[in-house]
Amino acid sequence: MTESAAAGVVAPPHEGQRPLSQEVVVEISAMNKWYGDFHVLKNINLTVTRGERIVICGPSGSGKSTMIRCINRLEEHQSGRIVVEGIELTNDLKRIDEIRREVGMVFQHFNLFPHLTILENCTLAPIWVRRMSKRDAEQIAMKYLERVRIPEQANKYPGQLSGGQQQRVAIARALCMNPRIMLFDEPTSALDPEMIKEVLEVMVDLAEEGMTMLCVTHEMSFARQVADRVIFMDAGQIVEQNDPENFFNHPQHERTKLFLSQILH
Amino acid sequence: MTATAYDFAYVRKEEEPILAPPRRESGIVAWMRTNLFSSIGNTVLTLAGIAFILWVVPPVIRWAFIDAVWNGTSREDCVAPGAGACWAFVEAKFAQFMYGRYPIDQRWRVDLTGILLLIGLIPMAIPRIPYKKENAFYLLVIFPILAFWLLVGGFLGLPYVETSLWGGLLVTLVVAITGMVVAMPLGVLLALGRRSQLPVIRFLSITFIEFWRGVPLITVLFMASVMLPIFLPPGVNFDKLLRALVGVALFTAAYMAEVVRGGLQAVPKGQYEAAQAMGLGYWQMMRLIVLPQALRVVIPGIVNSFISLFKDTSLVLIIGLFDLLGIVQLNFADANWASPQTPLTGYVFAAFVFWLFCFGMSRYSIYTERRLQTGYRR
Repeated sequence: MTESAAAGVVAPPHEGQRPLSQEVVVEISAMNKWYGDFHVLKNINLTVTRGERIVICGPSGSGKSTMIRCINRLEEHQSGRIVVEGIELTNDLKRIDEIRREVGMVFQHFNLFPHLTILENCTLAPIWVRRMSKRDAEQIAMKYLERVRIPEQANKYPGQLSGGQQQRVAIARALCMNPRIMLFDEPTSALDPEMIKEVLEVMVDLAEEGMTMLCVTHEMSFARQVADRVIFMDAGQIVEQNDPENFFNHPQHERTKLFLSQILH
Repeated sequence: MTATAYDFAYVRKEEEPILAPPRRESGIVAWMRTNLFSSIGNTVLTLAGIAFILWVVPPVIRWAFIDAVWNGTSREDCVAPGAGACWAFVEAKFAQFMYGRYPIDQRWRVDLTGILLLIGLIPMAIPRIPYKKENAFYLLVIFPILAFWLLVGGFLGLPYVETSLWGGLLVTLVVAITGMVVAMPLGVLLALGRRSQLPVIRFLSITFIEFWRGVPLITVLFMASVMLPIFLPPGVNFDKLLRALVGVALFTAAYMAEVVRGGLQAVPKGQYEAAQAMGLGYWQMMRLIVLPQALRVVIPGIVNSFISLFKDTSLVLIIGLFDLLGIVQLNFADANWASPQTPLTGYVFAAFVFWLFCFGMSRYSIYTERRLQTGYRR
């Protein structure tokens, strides 16, 4: 309990770059999750405000992916509350769909639909979920494909693209739904080193435009550059959270120090 | 930049003669050398294979073509010593093999149905031809209604033709096509049901699948024809053909469900998650993302089931319906055509017709697989 109390320190705004909105968009309180007997997430409390960029790091198996997957209900939580954009996540399928419409997600393994072209990948949800006309959806898709700098690949299939290109398409695909929150689940972990850069650039652009982002990643340079807050998780708990400056230079907990010493040289 | 003599150690003054190409690299001899006679073992196998072909093929050709009786009016033409296949029998009975006992003056209705089917099927099968949606609507909605009207009749000016008069290839195709068209969507639904999160639906799907898979088709048909009337109140009588259709369709659906389930399991979990994360509902996710990928994987399995179904239609003989094979067999008893060669000829003919359809399905499935592969090209 003392630990979580200490972890509850709310990060100060990021060196006065821009004042953070006080509008709460994600609120997780006293949330627990079990896989059978295994207690994956223990008493998670997290508040995200509009426009906030959060980087979540921690050793593998610490529950960071599971936590962000709870936000759009790819994983179910067993106790506690999760409120996203003012809608509480319950078993109500309608609410789940409402939340999923507002929350975009980018996966470690891209998960593009291999039987559809890049353009079709991007227009599918706007057409079927947002009920957009095909023309409008294609226009929006091309706009975002240009923003991730691959409009020329629109008519190819995912299998014909490199990993980095596929991940950028995945980001564009999520953006086509015009989401208010973006979740990134280790978006660069499955990429070759030279492709990580192109994906991170797109993510930095997005962050600079003010998108609310929760990002599980091991890219500490990205965390330093854009994060408002860095969260460190271990063994299903939020151990420490702080602004990147203090997080990297003055970690409070032994576990955090150990983790940072292992990934930063 | 002028080259002086001492720039070069050796200069050829005249052209060398052109060498002959290495003999064994190309040509038919080289091909045989690498493919047929590359080792002692392969040489032995090749020679044995040639001997086998020489032993089997000439007699078959002699029987089927050279010694065969092509024209004739009765058994007299086919009983001559040394006579081969009695094709005259097939020729004389051909109409019956196609239509069964369908009234002769009404057979144009069957022909017209066949033409209407081809009109829908051919453009459907060629990917380049547009309007697939309209085409599918014609095949799945308009054509069945037209076909029912034409084949059964009894309204709108066409006289009624009892299904007990139907026979031959007509019955084979009606049973097979109806079976496929009904079994496919039903199988998909059962497969989805078996993987459903809802216990009741899962239980019902498993029960259905395991019941129909656990019973031989002969039993199904037999029960449909003999047992069903016992349980039904007297006077209520289902059409025999309809019973067979239902039995065959449900039976095939159970098999189809398991084939499709294999495909569903081959779709990675990430595809489901990506679809869910963008807000697609269950049916949208299945229809747009999961099934297109799952069905593509199991095309060989689906076609396997179809081919199997096509051949199993012969079992309707059990309940007194005469499909192609049944009607061919029935005609062996015709005293006018009884000869030693008649049964063999009849069976060869029936086998050939079945083979044509099954081979066609098989080739088309391979073509489709290749075509759909392009999406995964790297």
